Amino acid sequence: MEVFFVSLLNGLVYGMLLFMLASGLTLIFSMMGVLNFAHASAYMLGAYFAYTLSLYIGFWWALLLAPILCGLVGAAIEMYGLRQVHRHGHVAELLLTFGLALIIEKCVQMIWGLLPVPYRIPAELDFALFDVFGTQFHAYRAFMLAISAAMFGMIWLALTRTRVGLIIQASLTHPEMVRALGHDVPKVFTLVFASGTALAGLAGVIGGNYHTTDPAMAFSMGPIVFVVVVFGGLGSLAGCFIASILMGLLQTFAVVLDYSAADLLAKFGVTVSSSTPFAELLTIPIPRIGALLPYILLVLILFFRPRGLMGTRDT
Amino acid sequence: MRKIFRAAAAAVAVGTALFSMQASAQSQPTIKLVYTDPLSGPFAQVGDANLKQWQYVISYINATGGALGRKFELIPFDSKTQPAEALLALKAATDMNAPFLVHCSGSNIAAALIEAVNKHNARNPDNRILYINCGAVANELTNEQCSFWHFRFDLNVGQKIETMVRALPKDIKKVYVLNQDYLFGQSVQRDVKTYLTKLRPDVQIVGDELIPLGKIKDFSPYITKIKASGAQALISGNWGPDINLLLKAGFEAGADLRYYTLYTHLAGGPTAIGPAGDGKVLSVMPFTENLAPQLKNEQAERFTKTFRDANKFEFTSATFRTILEYLQAAIVKAGSTDATKIAFALEGLAQKDFLGYDTVMRKDDHQFISQYIVGTFAKGVKYDAEGTGLGWRPDSVVLAKELMQPTSCKMKRPAK
Amino acid sequence: MKANRWYWAVALAIAIALPWLFYNWSTGRQSGFAVTLLSEVGLMIMFALSYNMQFGHAGLLSFGHAVLFGLGGYTTAHALNGIRGAELWIPMELVPLAGGLGGLVFGVVFGYLATKQRATAFAMITMGLGELVTAAALMFITFFGGEGGVSTDRVIEASLVGASYASPIQVYYLIVGWGFVSILLMKLQTQTPLGRMANAQRDNFERTQFVGYDPRLIRFYQFVLSGFFAGIAGGLFVILHEIVTFDAVAASKSASALLASYIGGAGGFFGPIVGAIVVVLMQSGVSLLSSAWLLYLGTLFILMVMYAPGGITGLLALHAPIVRIGRLGELIVPYARALLPAAVCLAGFVMLVELASFNTIGASQGKEFSFFGQALDARSVTTWLGGFALLIVGGLWLRAESRTFARTFNALLEAAKTEGGAR
Repeated sequence: MEVFFVSLLNGLVYGMLLFMLASGLTLIFSMMGVLNFAHASAYMLGAYFAYTLSLYIGFWWALLLAPILCGLVGAAIEMYGLRQVHRHGHVAELLLTFGLALIIEKCVQMIWGLLPVPYRIPAELDFALFDVFGTQFHAYRAFMLAISAAMFGMIWLALTRTRVGLIIQASLTHPEMVRALGHDVPKVFTLVFASGTALAGLAGVIGGNYHTTDPAMAFSMGPIVFVVVVFGGLGSLAGCFIASILMGLLQTFAVVLDYSAADLLAKFGVTVSSSTPFAELLTIPIPRIGALLPYILLVLILFFRPRGLMGTRDT
Repeated sequence: MRKIFRAAAAAVAVGTALFSMQASAQSQPTIKLVYTDPLSGPFAQVGDANLKQWQYVISYINATGGALGRKFELIPFDSKTQPAEALLALKAATDMNAPFLVHCSGSNIAAALIEAVNKHNARNPDNRILYINCGAVANELTNEQCSFWHFRFDLNVGQKIETMVRALPKDIKKVYVLNQDYLFGQSVQRDVKTYLTKLRPDVQIVGDELIPLGKIKDFSPYITKIKASGAQALISGNWGPDINLLLKAGFEAGADLRYYTLYTHLAGGPTAIGPAGDGKVLSVMPFTENLAPQLKNEQAERFTKTFRDANKFEFTSATFRTILEYLQAAIVKAGSTDATKIAFALEGLAQKDFLGYDTVMRKDDHQFISQYIVGTFAKGVKYDAEGTGLGWRPDSVVLAKELMQPTSCKMKRPAK
Repeated sequence: MKANRWYWAVALAIAIALPWLFYNWSTGRQSGFAVTLLSEVGLMIMFALSYNMQFGHAGLLSFGHAVLFGLGGYTTAHALNGIRGAELWIPMELVPLAGGLGGLVFGVVFGYLATKQRATAFAMITMGLGELVTAAALMFITFFGGEGGVSTDRVIEASLVGASYASPIQVYYLIVGWGFVSILLMKLQTQTPLGRMANAQRDNFERTQFVGYDPRLIRFYQFVLSGFFAGIAGGLFVILHEIVTFDAVAASKSASALLASYIGGAGGFFGPIVGAIVVVLMQSGVSLLSSAWLLYLGTLFILMVMYAPGGITGLLALHAPIVRIGRLGELIVPYARALLPAAVCLAGFVMLVELASFNTIGASQGKEFSFFGQALDARSVTTWLGGFALLIVGGLWLRAESRTFARTFNALLEAAKTEGGAR
């Protein structure tokens, strides 16, 4: 029982972090059709900016300023890069972001070095909040939950209550129509791209000291974010939210479920020995493939339902 | 169409000409060590840290005269963690008639290199090369896959685990074993069971886990499981983010665990552990800067201090100096830089290392056997690691004579 | 056409002669490094062309093409080991077919999953499959050999031409032979009904359905065939290196195919050949001179994506109308005038990147910073200013020159349009 509750909490925290990263990408992908390979790089930049800023002005100001810096970088990328390339098609945009990801990774290595940097949880938040069945729940995790929830709330408010938000919502599902109605879509694009990048940067500020901050972090976070976005579906932030939480819980619970396909077969009286064909495959316990389950789900859902979970448009 | 091919041919010619110019510019009679490791991409810190330590050690040995009146020279090649690139480095090395190919990382590349070196030496007896392995630790390389041309200068997995088990305190009765799901991690898993059964039958393994390599971001579910099992210590061969994130999760959850690791002392580890790990994390290592002051060996301390003043990370591979001293001695003993002669001179060589310990390059399997240290990450040491204020305190030293593990190697030797 | 056949013969002659450019007369043998590098180029050419069957011809952007390449490799490695173990007489020249078959079979399996969708969904499925296979290659020992991979020995003493394939130069010629056969077959395939319909469904998906073809089957067949050729390349990879590990199926390998195709030019047929040469030279050549080669590669893409989306062959094809009216010579001077500031700008950029890289990464390697043979002090302000000056001056000059160049070029194009008349 205690394992269930602890895993539930852990899964929620991880899922919310994924959501912070993935929501920006969903917005960008849905609106502009751009598979932004540099999104995880923005996550990395957010962490590094926060590290350097917090050395001079403390964590809380860094929390505010680092995402803004990332947003500015995103705006620059959109205005001077993507906008030029837009007419050449989606593949060109994708390759642009891919090239950018390589460049950003190398620049980070050149500026901050190859080793991880000591970006740490601020002392104010470094304590155990409460006990859950003997395991401590760290205050910083509660902080992460709070920030991601607040962010979700703010996005929702911005999208539903402001004029720009309504335009963005419309562009998520019917971009050409919005343009035909006379709205300044390029400016909206820049705003969305910058906001998406800023969100990724915020995720980096919060996640960077929770995990490690090193030049390989973009490379390791990248694929799972794409899985979440596509699984949740294009054009739907709610889908993205559900997908993130689902993936987070899935990966967390997979660790505690120590069963394999062979165990299942044993229930039907079939024994798997080392000479059975595919024995290696059948005796794999779930924890060993836990981190691969998102990809399996991705392939399955795209095969049967290319819209994703709650997508409003076909991918 | 023709133009394209012509242009391409020209480009290839120019590129290779540039390279061979660079290579031939070094045609003074230096003894070349071609070094290949990842120098770019996500694992660049491994290669880069090693490269700096090699450069320092080589200039030190050259200052003492080199070997047979010739200086050593290190030529780095980026392997980009791909065996194909390392094999390309091997080709470049044989083109240069270098006697040594040095490699200090992944066992997958090591396996490829051993095979390639064997085949090359068999097919080209006039242009042989030796493979000096300074970091690939899979047991197979000096057992089933052993080769006359391969010399391993780092202890293998079995020996490192035995060191760890020997240093396990008497009050630890329950351990949890967690490793990465590939050949190396599975090897650690097997060896831990073997040596615990042999040396510490009183210890119970309450959990045994394999995780996919480099994919887990959130280790808190594993910590939950570990706590639930009642384990007092965690033994893990994880490296990189897989150990950094595991430790962070453990500290954060307030788990009352001691962490026994193989690789947390490498560049990046101390930063990731931070002050929260005081006294909790132990690692087996060939060397720590705090050993020399403990032994009151001033000359060794000066040697490591000069490196330390120029670099931000610990001189964990100061044992590269021992490797070079062995190569130096073998060349002098063989009286030549011919690979076959050096190999015969090198196997069976026994010297004292610069700290005064007995070491040997065992003839049966070309496995180097030396003392190994278990260090605790703690405050109050003379040399801290990566500016964290904590450093590695050498708590136990297991001597070479206790690590003479049996080998299944049936070495095939060429004619002298 | 007779002229085209002549091109093929010339290309073959160049490919055969290339290794002799690197013959080391003093030691009486080839430079092993150069021959291996050329072999890698040959493999990458085949791999990139097979990728372009999906990407350029059928509009299928795949992030997992290396899976087919690598699995072909694993199949060949097991086949070679099986041949040795069972002491069968199968000539080495036919062994790559094992790889091709492996690529074909896995192409059927993965193609069934992936080609159900198209465009972005297809891309994401291939990405997911790529990740899964890479992880499986690390975990499973029986087929993949785990982290150590599967190794083999290519000296099986069975050959149609009596070669032992012990020396790298013989393997190179085997690759050249299979390369030409594959390229020829792939070129012929573009002219088959399947090849044409693949282009059709790339250009106009709905209309293809109206014409009566099932686009899903077209995509599927195209995927499977491209897997066949990728598998052959994988088999040759195993013969060359005598080992195959999980990085042969990893995402970075798939990415290199994509880059090679795009840089070379995905529209035509021969583009990926150029791209493959560029990519291999960058990866294995430039990395010898600088550890910042990834940054250069990234910058190259971005420049290509922004200014030359048709790739290198696209750029060359732009000149076609001008060649037709025989006025190509008029571009020589404008080119020289534009390339000079470009070289200056490039020199400045490279210098700055190397300086930055040196100061944070290479500094304690005890080397001096040397730029084209000139030793410079990496820490002095003058060096940095020098680099910036080269970059900015070169950049501004280039901008001015490129406007003049564009004017001349467009004028020539206009002339080509009016003068050239009907084809």
